[in-house]
Amino acid sequence: MNNLIVKPPTAAVALALGKDAHATSWLGLVGAAMCVFWLLVAIFGPWLAPHPVGEVVSDNVFDSLSIAYPLGTDYLGRDMLSRVLVGAQFTVGLALVAAVLASGLGTSCALLSVVSPKWLDELISRLMDAFISIPSKMLALIMVSAFGSSVTLLVCTAVLSYSPGAFRIARSMAVNIEALEYVQVARTRGERRLYIACVEILPNMLNPVLADLGLRFGFIVLLLSGMSFLGLGVQPPDADLGSLVRENIGGLNQGAPAIVIPALAIGTLTIGVNLFIDRLSSRRSRRTGGH
Amino acid sequence: MSELIRVEDLRVVACGERGEVEIVKGVSFSLEKGEVLALIGESGSGKTTIALALLGYARSGCRLAGGVVQIGEHDMLALRESELQGLRGNRVSYIAQSAAAAFNPAKKLIDQVVEGALIHGLGSRSVLEAKAIELFRDLALPDTERIGQRYPHQVSGGQLQRVMAAMALISDPLLVVLDEPTTALDVTTQIDVLRAFKRVVRERGATAVYVSHDLAVVAQMADQIVVLNGGQIFEQSATAPLLKGPAHAYTRSLLAAARPDTTIRPPCGVAGDAPLLTIEGLTAGYGNKNPQGMPSIRVLEDIDLTVRRGQAIGVIGESGSGKSTLARVVAGLLSPALGGLTFDGQPLGGSLSERTDEQFRRIQMVFQNADTALNPMHSVGNILSRPLKMYFGLKGAALRERIDELLDLVRLPRELAERRPSELSGGQKQRVNLARALAAKPDLILCDEVTSALDTVVGAAILELLRDLRQQLGVSYLFISHDISTVRALCDDIVVMYSGHKVQEGTRQSFAQPPFHPYTDLLIHSVPELRQGWLESCGTTTCGTLPSLGAQAPVAGLCTFLNRCPVRVDGLCNHTAPPRRIIDGGSEVLCHHDSAELLKNQQDANSMTMGAYA
Repeated sequence: MNNLIVKPPTAAVALALGKDAHATSWLGLVGAAMCVFWLLVAIFGPWLAPHPVGEVVSDNVFDSLSIAYPLGTDYLGRDMLSRVLVGAQFTVGLALVAAVLASGLGTSCALLSVVSPKWLDELISRLMDAFISIPSKMLALIMVSAFGSSVTLLVCTAVLSYSPGAFRIARSMAVNIEALEYVQVARTRGERRLYIACVEILPNMLNPVLADLGLRFGFIVLLLSGMSFLGLGVQPPDADLGSLVRENIGGLNQGAPAIVIPALAIGTLTIGVNLFIDRLSSRRSRRTGGH
Repeated sequence: MSELIRVEDLRVVACGERGEVEIVKGVSFSLEKGEVLALIGESGSGKTTIALALLGYARSGCRLAGGVVQIGEHDMLALRESELQGLRGNRVSYIAQSAAAAFNPAKKLIDQVVEGALIHGLGSRSVLEAKAIELFRDLALPDTERIGQRYPHQVSGGQLQRVMAAMALISDPLLVVLDEPTTALDVTTQIDVLRAFKRVVRERGATAVYVSHDLAVVAQMADQIVVLNGGQIFEQSATAPLLKGPAHAYTRSLLAAARPDTTIRPPCGVAGDAPLLTIEGLTAGYGNKNPQGMPSIRVLEDIDLTVRRGQAIGVIGESGSGKSTLARVVAGLLSPALGGLTFDGQPLGGSLSERTDEQFRRIQMVFQNADTALNPMHSVGNILSRPLKMYFGLKGAALRERIDELLDLVRLPRELAERRPSELSGGQKQRVNLARALAAKPDLILCDEVTSALDTVVGAAILELLRDLRQQLGVSYLFISHDISTVRALCDDIVVMYSGHKVQEGTRQSFAQPPFHPYTDLLIHSVPELRQGWLESCGTTTCGTLPSLGAQAPVAGLCTFLNRCPVRVDGLCNHTAPPRRIIDGGSEVLCHHDSAELLKNQQDANSMTMGAYA
């Protein structure tokens, strides 16, 4: 956690210097560091946790930072550090899986619809339009009330809600690229549709697709956290970052670390991912001479 | 008269990733009142940068680093931004290349013409509008009283360019900067616009700086020519001596490249007799199809064409004539509504899915714009290896060897295989584009305006390469262009298209002297010549008086050139469809007039200019 508190000022200094190119690469590095940090936490967190996740270890609830409990204690007197370390794997893991699936599904459908005959394109597009019209929170609530809450169901819900958006963006880019002359040349060369989609079109839209993936990751973290906040997400005694915020809401008026820390964790995670993706995109476009 | 414009040791730098690069390296010239000076050079020569510096403006990423730009009593480089704003569009005005992009589509023309003058407080709205109408008349715009009430999309490209000139001239500026004002226009439109510009500039005694890449256009407009390359002045002199005896080798290469048909000739004896591609009764178009299968917008009507083995056929016409659509149909990107194609004795499917792999290999297409024709994510080696792997299954050392061979063939260094398209120049990209087509060892290459986006010198080199490749490999070309001199440099036979119809077809020789189809005549005599005074002397024009014409009879297949034809006959041309006939010289035309009538008309009109074309 230490490096998170140290890094943002460095970025601010870089910004203040006004050197745009340097500032973006600094911000990118900061973003990358945040991402790596949270990935490590998600993978190794459960082993690093000093206490079992559900164990009440202290008599004091909403305790402040101390040597024994570095991040304080929660509303039942459980060790907050342990709970964040364990909770991170749900938030990061679920959101990552869901974002990659949503983006992958959306982009594949987009490529398929662009290279396929008009009727199939229409079919896929209208189906996606139907999905896009359903509010994601409503869909999630209905799914949970119909099938009960489980990790698989949460991922499915997130993918269903976010792949139509990814499809729309990917399709509009793919349609533009498909009209370009190098794709026309490939078609007159007799290339198969799969080749045109994957080799000619996909590499040229990867930058925006990656940026979109980052955005969607952020949205999914917020959706899952929101679900948990309503008590419909990951179920106790496990908790993701969203449920940690909800269950400790009572500590809000005391400014307890138990509520500040998980909120901060959600913030740094989503910001970090976006900074990192931005840097990836700008480096890719520099390498290819920009678009 | 004293110097009005004085530019001394002008330096402009661009800020790149590796520090600042000087893009204009100490340029000096001066200009007297009422003179027209031309800045000529290829892309990247700094001509537009210098023109903008005359307005005290540098594009973003550039900086005016030093020197003097004196316009009248104003030192443009010493003024503050707010003072410059008072001068721009007032004492110094600018006419941009693309009028379509320079007008606000949501406002009426007259409002936009007087807007600048109103901002600078040069008079009341009614005074300015009266002045605008006077300018419209001087610029030979039609319906001068009411044209200002139209919106930009309601007038043609050439008219819009002239309205833009009115916008620039309404403040009676000290200096007008014209940046490639006719480059985006068809030659037949360009001639009218140039004439209007010239008349206005002469009558109003305006001082102008004319930026162009086309020496022949500049020869009509300018008193002084400055030849630029790489941000430096190579040669600077009055127009007549420069055209007669250019001092610098670079100017000579520009002069030679301006008319490729004077230096390049198609190879002899390559064309065989066996037909390779036959197009019969082809009709095609875009849009929704009606129950009979006819598209709502018909772009090609009843086209017949035969390309023999080893032969090069040139297709020319202005924008909208359907020439690119013809190439798309042959390539299989657009299915014909009627008619059929035969390739080497076998029927050629209309859509891509009906064609065999062998047919894909034997017909290759090269597009106009090498920037978008090469996938920016693939290296040159990858781009070239794909057809080799696909059609011939080459691998490893054999593949690398063939890529090297192809790069040698298009005269590119072998190291280029590692690079991506963004790291190549325009001419290099077009060579890679060509090499990719050659990789398939095709029998027919469809070239769609392959030299149009290139600088003249680079374009001439590509033409030369195409000619040599044809001699070496015996490949056939369907070469599409809007420029008749490019076509004459490369092709054996020439087809002229006008709004989807083939109006003339004949050998290269038959296009050297009349008789022509009236449209061909207009097209040929609209190409500016490299001599002063051509603009005044050339007879044909699209805005001159045409024979009067009654209402059109509701007959299918009437001549499409009817509305612009200088030799149309009332009662004949507007009542019956024209026949195809063979005229002297052996070419086939779609016209009511016979050979003798066409010859008589064209010799009368063009007697003064014939010398240059014989």
